[in-house]
Amino acid sequence: MGATLVEKIFSSRCGKEIEAGDVVMAAVDKAMIHDITGPLAVQKFREMNGTEVFDPARIVMLFDHQVPADSIQAAENQKFMREFALHQGIHNYDLREGVCHQVMLEKGHAAPGEIVVGSDSHTCMYGAAGAFATGIGSTDMGFVLRFGALYFRVPDSIRVEVNGAFAPRVGAKDLILEIAGSIGADGATYQALEFTGETFASMPMPGRMTCANMAIEMGAKAGIVPPDAITWEYLKGRRPDVRPFTLESDEDATYAELREFDAADLVPKVAVPHNVDNVVDVEEVAGTHVDQVFIGSCTNGRYEDFAEAAEVLGDRTFSEDVRVILIPASRDEYLKTLRAGLIERFVEAGALVEAPCCGPCMGGAFGLLAPGEVSLSTSNRNFRGRQGSTEAGVYLCSAATAAASAITGEITDPREV
Amino acid sequence: MQIWKFGDDIDTDAIIPGRFLTEYDPKKLAEHVFEGTRDDFRAGVQEGDILVAGRNFGCGSSREHAPLALLGAGVRIVVAESFARIFYRNAVNTGLLPLVCPEAGALVEGNEAIVDLAGGHIESDGVRHQIETVPPFMQEIVDAGGLVEYAKNMKEVEVCTGSHR
Repeated sequence: MGATLVEKIFSSRCGKEIEAGDVVMAAVDKAMIHDITGPLAVQKFREMNGTEVFDPARIVMLFDHQVPADSIQAAENQKFMREFALHQGIHNYDLREGVCHQVMLEKGHAAPGEIVVGSDSHTCMYGAAGAFATGIGSTDMGFVLRFGALYFRVPDSIRVEVNGAFAPRVGAKDLILEIAGSIGADGATYQALEFTGETFASMPMPGRMTCANMAIEMGAKAGIVPPDAITWEYLKGRRPDVRPFTLESDEDATYAELREFDAADLVPKVAVPHNVDNVVDVEEVAGTHVDQVFIGSCTNGRYEDFAEAAEVLGDRTFSEDVRVILIPASRDEYLKTLRAGLIERFVEAGALVEAPCCGPCMGGAFGLLAPGEVSLSTSNRNFRGRQGSTEAGVYLCSAATAAASAITGEITDPREV
Repeated sequence: MQIWKFGDDIDTDAIIPGRFLTEYDPKKLAEHVFEGTRDDFRAGVQEGDILVAGRNFGCGSSREHAPLALLGAGVRIVVAESFARIFYRNAVNTGLLPLVCPEAGALVEGNEAIVDLAGGHIESDGVRHQIETVPPFMQEIVDAGGLVEYAKNMKEVEVCTGSHR
């Protein structure tokens, strides 16, 4: 019987045939911890009588959620983590590099066939590089820091097949919102989403990252794009130790479900408060006043997102009624955007450009919303209170839709500006 | 053992908002549990009360602060039609017992309920509703009282061991 890509990854790791539903103690290739969930993971590691981590070279630490420290308590947490990294010999990117998931991919910490865990739910983003990557809690991470392995229930897979080419101003974010709306917030719980079809086969890495990132919004344990020439090209230079190989599901693999989508039919999509699967065509909410527009996050804070926003903006200015906050997802993405002259254009147009970090995405640091306010955001969650007051509303969209709306001050179809 | 009833898709941002995540102490987290989304819970919850929810309880972030905040508030058992994956594991790992109950919707806010783990049911208003126990591989962690207790005397793990289904 054929195996899915995910089953193959676990079979290869365990040296025996592993099927969906099996529970295995599997070694992990990399573990990522950050400033929010890291301190508790370290505490749990110690409570498990951990003294030395399993392998400092396979642990990545960085700070992105509350940087630069926005409170004394955040500063204390970061100091605690810094000292732990120093003592254990763990590489700590500290606050220099940006949002964890972008940095993990950028620095080559995930490659096809690898098993990567992170104490952050959007760790599933590394499936864009063909890795099995999943978010775990701090106690599980404490266990990983101690033993370098974790129990996994190997998930079955939903095959998401997408064909067709995107229309202008429509892209990966609109697609993944459409998929989330269709599958639902718990439609893939404990499963993996395997993204296939000609649309994914021709999709550049940034779009794959956007889609894999949001697998968790359907409850999925992982989202994965079968590695291909685009993946290997991305890994060139990042992972000189890895040579291209074939990793794909067998033709007769057993899937839990097949979901088909046509990219050519897609229009710009918006997730309406307060659920990610509450997805409508942009025209249904066009005209909604927005108080804040955020372009950034691990979902859509890459150069390509800013380039599209800049194209939409042209030589215009942003509405003075809107607080426009732009945050590149990493230092590399910031530099690319800067060198292309886009940062200057955005600042001229009235935007605030902040240093790489999570920013308003998780509502822990700055850019919070007051009661009654509306935010339009390229991030991944619009739960009630996610970006501040529980009486505020967050809409999710692509960078193109965010830029168009930042110009007009209301939710706007990017094809119409 | 009073029932506190919640709906579908209760996310971890609702359980404990992002701005309180610099804190790790369950009691301190409990001061903000459901802040802004269900303030009467924080004011009225008693030790041993049971949280009952619909589908996909605990969706969203991997923050373990969510089960810790509930534990800090005195909740030991969450009964739901279904759970989000990371929350489910975090709950088991921290000693909060997540119980799947397909008939959770029939349980009534404010009523008394008793969970009978050995009998595999939750009883309220004289009616017994079946509950599903945790998967076998997690039962040992539950029995130990959480992953820390389970793991703290382990010297190493044997990788690639496990069970078929």
